[in-house]
Amino acid sequence: MLELLWMVPALPFLGYIILALFGGRMTKGISAAVGVGMLGLSALITIVIAISFIASPPEGYLFLQTLWKWVDVAGFSPAIALRLDPVSLVFIFIITFVGFLIHLYSVQYMEEEDSTWYARFFAYMNLFVGAMLMLVLADNLLLLYLGWEGVGLCSYLLIGYWYKDPANGAAARKAFIVTRVGDTAMAIGLFILVMAFRTLNIQEILRHVPLVWPVSSQAVVITALMLLGGAVGKSAQLPLQTWLPDAMAGPTPVSALIHAATMVTAGVYLIARMHVIFLQAPEVMTIVGIIGALTLIIAGFSAITQFDIKKVLAYSTISQIGYMFLALGVGAWSAAVFHFMIHAFFKALLFLGAGAVIYALHHEQNMFKMGGVKNMLPLTFWTFVIGSASLAALPLVTGGFYSKDLILYLAFTGEHGSKLLYFAGLFGALITAVYTSRMVFLTFYGHEKTHLHNRPGPVMEVPLIILAVLSTIGGFIELPGTLGHFPLFSNFIQNILPSPGSGEGHEGIGTELMLQIVAAVVAIGGVFIGYLLYYKKPETVQNFKQTPSGQSLYKFWLYGWGFDWVYDTLFVKPIDWIAQVNKSDVIDLIYTAIAWLTRGFNRMFSFTQTGRLRWYAMGIAFGAIVAITIVVFL
Amino acid sequence: MNALFYIASVVAIAATIMVITRLNSIHALLYLIVSLLSVAVIFFLLGAPFVAALEVIVYAGAIMVLFVFVVMMLNLGPQTVEQESRWFNPKIWIGPAALSAILIAEFIYVLISHGRQNLDTRMINPKQVGFSLFSTYLLGVELASMLLLAGIIGAYHLGRRKEAVFHRYFRRPDALYERLHPKEENKIDENGLKAGDKPLSKTNVSGMKQKKSERGEL
Amino acid sequence: MTSFSMEHGLILATIIFMLGLIGLLSRKNIVFILMSVEIMLNAAGLAFVVAGSRWSQPDGQVMFIFILAMAAAEVSIALALIILLHRKFKTLDADAAHNMRG
Repeated sequence: MLELLWMVPALPFLGYIILALFGGRMTKGISAAVGVGMLGLSALITIVIAISFIASPPEGYLFLQTLWKWVDVAGFSPAIALRLDPVSLVFIFIITFVGFLIHLYSVQYMEEEDSTWYARFFAYMNLFVGAMLMLVLADNLLLLYLGWEGVGLCSYLLIGYWYKDPANGAAARKAFIVTRVGDTAMAIGLFILVMAFRTLNIQEILRHVPLVWPVSSQAVVITALMLLGGAVGKSAQLPLQTWLPDAMAGPTPVSALIHAATMVTAGVYLIARMHVIFLQAPEVMTIVGIIGALTLIIAGFSAITQFDIKKVLAYSTISQIGYMFLALGVGAWSAAVFHFMIHAFFKALLFLGAGAVIYALHHEQNMFKMGGVKNMLPLTFWTFVIGSASLAALPLVTGGFYSKDLILYLAFTGEHGSKLLYFAGLFGALITAVYTSRMVFLTFYGHEKTHLHNRPGPVMEVPLIILAVLSTIGGFIELPGTLGHFPLFSNFIQNILPSPGSGEGHEGIGTELMLQIVAAVVAIGGVFIGYLLYYKKPETVQNFKQTPSGQSLYKFWLYGWGFDWVYDTLFVKPIDWIAQVNKSDVIDLIYTAIAWLTRGFNRMFSFTQTGRLRWYAMGIAFGAIVAITIVVFL
Repeated sequence: MNALFYIASVVAIAATIMVITRLNSIHALLYLIVSLLSVAVIFFLLGAPFVAALEVIVYAGAIMVLFVFVVMMLNLGPQTVEQESRWFNPKIWIGPAALSAILIAEFIYVLISHGRQNLDTRMINPKQVGFSLFSTYLLGVELASMLLLAGIIGAYHLGRRKEAVFHRYFRRPDALYERLHPKEENKIDENGLKAGDKPLSKTNVSGMKQKKSERGEL
Repeated sequence: MTSFSMEHGLILATIIFMLGLIGLLSRKNIVFILMSVEIMLNAAGLAFVVAGSRWSQPDGQVMFIFILAMAAAEVSIALALIILLHRKFKTLDADAAHNMRG
């Protein structure tokens, strides 16, 4: 059954081609059928592959499928080859399955668009999923880079989907350009790898890196930093996180797809995939952890102040990916992948739930203008609460608790971990709980401020229910030592990624229990703070906001810690200034001079063009005299 | 044999000088024929009877006859000789003569400085020439044939009198006027057709006939 | 058997060629210009035959035949052009057609 692997990325690409070529002439029904159907088939094949992979794992938990040779230049011959191992299996499962649910949901969400735009939407979405599948299934880094750039392109196309509004186009360009900074770093990293190993095959590189590059050698550190740069750009981590909040300009299903299944998790995947390089460069591992910790706190504070429900979720994604980076930084590879999976479930759920609310309230995204939605859309409310509980990591019943707890535990006890990172994560958990409860209280409780416009149909509700179930039970496949020790997921992943090397043995179960209780208390405490500040006594926050310091702090957080302002001042303004100064283009003067000179010669020689035959013959004769004289006498 | 060469040379040079100084073009052509004939004699002396014959037949014969035809066709009157004498004065030819003298001097210097090279004047018969032409130079023959074809087509194309081509809108001399000032019966109806619309008017037909007779003159 | 040298033949060719050049440069009448071109072509042919004769090879004569073919084609076109020129400008002055000056 594993031979069907090539169909997993091929089907979305096929869907894209069909929709791109014939989408203009299709009815909405057919476009949706193609777009959703292709992904549904892909998801189905993925499940079949997953079952057969788990039932009878191939040798070394690694299945390679070489489709054809891509290029062959001077001994450098990357192939179009797919690679299936536990990590990529988890990723393709999430991508196809969650992607399918998001597509299904879009059928109704996007119904107001006319048929051409509708087809365009599904074409881009299919291409997006296809590119992401290519990225995670790639056997070599060149193919991975192709998927990487394809994902970047699709994010541009989808964020700017409603391109008639210039603001959306600007957001799309920002996403494209900011991630491009990271992509360039990654490309440099790939160049270094090609120079060092003459190959981009992941397996070969992972095998050779420890043999060729000693720990902390300059080459390995630089390569790791460059790959980290790419990961940071794609995954919207500090300092390249500024594009993600603006990316909310796209339709809500796009946001769900970007945040849950594709795009932002690419960075996590890249670091997990190239873990050997990072293990050889412990300094960079530390940087990864610090970036994760800083990002999760900064994004958390920004999330508290947002009034646009989608931007709260955007900052929460940045923050949650921060957790994954933290996990990667402490060497907890499987925990990062586990959190990715749970996060994909609940973040897709939250986005789709938020989308349902936005859809129902006629594109109202401001939480302060919502309220009381609980009674209008009970199903959306309950599923959204389940997702929020998972995000806030409420203990025992939610998937988010297990995955986040695993990260915090390994940050505390792992051999690469540190207490500082642990406390940053814990603090981040508190903030997460606060902004999550704020979001739920502002949106669903209180009195109704807007009227119901549309009612989400079953196509939108079914994905919500499935995702709600998954984000709850997803956590039970990895139970910590205190709760029966059932590390199914870690065992599966650790076939390919090294175990975090935690001090499980000598730290003892007591420490683990203590840490879990602390985490649970923090989560519940955060929710309680949110309840107090935004439901019970909202005037406290309002009063604080009125004070000058509160006002400036609010603004500071609202605009994402002023990163945009810093980049604007540091990069955009100087370049803008140079462009203004150089309006007449100094370098162009050289070319103008050449043109001027040429024109001068032209005038000079056109003067000799008399149109008289004998004049020309005279010229020839004179030239002959000169030439013969030179040949004969010189 | 030696003497023959030098006599023929002197004749050739003298005839050529006469060609470039004549005022009457027919006279010049006759001198040119003399020059070509003397070159043919030199070819014969050099042991190349085949090209000597070709020189006489093709050059002095066919090509020069072509010239004569054209000069006759142009039908130049006696006033052209006066015109020529105005055009051809020492002020004009002294410059080219100086240039050519320099070139001649250079060539002679080059030729002399390389020492004497005796000629082998054994006859090369037409068979050898033909063999070489159709084996080694076969491609050249093909190219020459194409060149001659192009020459025939080009001469025909250039020589024929062009018909004046009008847009159908202006076929008839009064068509434009009619369009602009439609008479009652000529008003264009909804189908774009005129009441008395005919493809060709009388004037047009007679015009074409006239053109044909003009062409017949040539 | 003969004792005149190749140089003499080539010098003769040169002189005829240069006379043709003088004619080309000094005459205004386009018919004379064409005749001068013929003289020059003929001189070039003579040079080929002389050179071929020096090595007793037929190649010089073959070249002369090619020149002959080329001259025939050239003359037919050129005479047609002369007729056109005369028809258009009512003169044989080569300088009358100087509209293509730069």
